Amino acid sequence: MSITRRQALGAIAILLARPASATPDEMAAAISRFTNGTVHKTGKVKFDIAQLVDNGNAVPITIRVDSPMTAADHVTAIAIFNEKNPNTGVAVFTLGPRAGKAEVSTRIRLATSQRLIALARMNDGSYWSQGVDVIVTLAACIEGEAP
Amino acid sequence: MNIPRARITAMLLAAAAEIAGNAPARAAAPAAALATTASVDDRRSGAEFMSASTQAMQRDDSLNPAMLWVSGGETQWNTPAGRSAKSCAACHGDAKTSMRGVAARFPAFDQASGRVINLAQRINLCRERRQQSAPLKLESEDLLNLESYLALQSRGLSVSPPEDKHLTEAAARGAKLYAQRIGQLNLSCAQCHDQSWGKHLASSTIPQAHAAAYPIYRLEWQAVGSLQRRLRNCISGVRAEIPPYGAPELIDLEAYLAQRDKGMPIESPGVRP
Amino acid sequence: MARALIHMPSTAKQGEIIEIRALIAHPMETGYRPGADGKILPRDIIRRFACRYNGEQVFAAELHQAISANPYLGFFTVATETGTLEFSWEGDNGFAQTEKIAITVSAS
Repeated sequence: MSITRRQALGAIAILLARPASATPDEMAAAISRFTNGTVHKTGKVKFDIAQLVDNGNAVPITIRVDSPMTAADHVTAIAIFNEKNPNTGVAVFTLGPRAGKAEVSTRIRLATSQRLIALARMNDGSYWSQGVDVIVTLAACIEGEAP
Repeated sequence: MNIPRARITAMLLAAAAEIAGNAPARAAAPAAALATTASVDDRRSGAEFMSASTQAMQRDDSLNPAMLWVSGGETQWNTPAGRSAKSCAACHGDAKTSMRGVAARFPAFDQASGRVINLAQRINLCRERRQQSAPLKLESEDLLNLESYLALQSRGLSVSPPEDKHLTEAAARGAKLYAQRIGQLNLSCAQCHDQSWGKHLASSTIPQAHAAAYPIYRLEWQAVGSLQRRLRNCISGVRAEIPPYGAPELIDLEAYLAQRDKGMPIESPGVRP
Repeated sequence: MARALIHMPSTAKQGEIIEIRALIAHPMETGYRPGADGKILPRDIIRRFACRYNGEQVFAAELHQAISANPYLGFFTVATETGTLEFSWEGDNGFAQTEKIAITVSAS
C-alpha cells in the first residue's frame, strides 16, 4: 500500500507532536452550527483586541454589541471562534435583557497569528459579526524547565 | 548604566534650548544638573515596554491575576502553622502596617545564618525559628503566595537596599556576574539589558531588567513567579547551566539588581509578558 | 477550593447597570501540552460559569481550552433588587465552586 505525500507529511506532523490546528473550514462550520445556517451580517459587534499581542497565553479581549438590551431587542448570546488554535471554539456567552449592557471581557490563548470572529445572536433570530486579524509571536527566551 | 549616544545628544540639545530660553518639550533633567549625566535617571520600568492592555492588567487590582496569589498569601498570613500553632499575624499583626517597607529592604544580610538572603528565604527562616514549622519549598505556590502578599505591602515605596558590607560584597559579585558572558550563546546580562534595551529580540522589546515588580505574574508562565525564576529563564535562554533555586549566584545577582534599582518605585505584584 | 476574586459594587441604585469582574485560579490545562516527561498532560479546564441573581441566571459562559489560565470574566448586569449574586464555576475532574456576594439595591 503506497502512502500519499499528504499521509507522509501527516505522519511527520504527528511525530513532531504538535497538536493539529483548526482550519478556516472548521471555523466556518462552527459558525454555521452556532447560527443554525443563518447568514450573519457584519456590524453591531465590536471586537476589541490588540493587533500585536505581548504574549499568546493571555490576550485580553472585549466584545461589545450595539443593542438597547430591552426585552424587545437584546443579545441572547455572543460566541467567539478562532481559525488556527487546535480547537476552533473559544467561548459562548449567554446574555439577556438583565445584562443591561452587551459587553463581555476575558483573556484568551492564541497559538499563532490568525483570524478571530465574534458573533452576536439577537432575540429576533438575526446574527451579527465582526472579524479581526491578530499577530502573535513566541517569547524570545523560552523557559528551559518549569520549576 | 550605559546611556545611548542618541540620548546624550538629546540631553545636550535640551541643554542648549534651555540656555536659549526655550523650555525643552521633554525635560529629562532639572536645569541645575545639566552639566552631569549622573543625575539623569534613564531607568525605565519593564512595564513601559509592554502593551497598554498588559499595563492595565498590572495597574488594576481587579484585573491583576497576581492578586489571586496575594489573596492566598493573606489567608496563609492568618493561618496558624507549625508546632507553634501561631500564624504570622500572631506576632506581626496586620501586615499592612507591620510589613510595610519590608520587601523594599531585601535582599538583606541575616546575622544569625551569616548569609545574604532574599524575602522568600526570610519567610522560611521565620517559619523555622518562630513557628517551628518546616520551610516551604522555594518557588512553591504557598511561598509565592506569602511573598506576593508581603511584596504588595511595599508597593509604591522605593527599592531601598540596606547599608551593609555583606550586601555590598554580594552586589559586587553580582555586578561581575551581570557583566560576564555565559552559555552557548555567549551573552551577558549587560549586553541585552544595558546595551540593547529598547531594541528587539525576535519580536520582544528588550527591557532594562529592573526587578522592582517581583514577584510577577508572567503571561509566559501563566502563573506568579519569583525573580529567581526569571533569572533562571534568562540563563536557560542563553543556553548556560542553570543554577538551582537559592544558589549563591542568584542571590548575588538579586543583591546587585537591588542596588541597580535603588530608588525605583516598587510595583509588586507586577504583570509581565 | 480555588482562590477566587470577584469585584462588584456592594450597593447600587435600582436599574443601575453594574460591572462584575470575576477571576479564579485554575490552570485551564488544554490537553495539548506535553509535560516535563514529554507525555501530553490531560485536559483540565473550567467548562462553564454562571451568575445567578436571587436564583435567576443573568449571565453564563461556556468556556473552551482557548480561555487563558486563571480565567477572567468581565460582564454586566442590571441591579434590580437587594439580594445575593451567586457565581459558579464547573469543569473537568468534578471541579465545582460557588461564591456568593450580597448586594443592597436602593430605590433610584
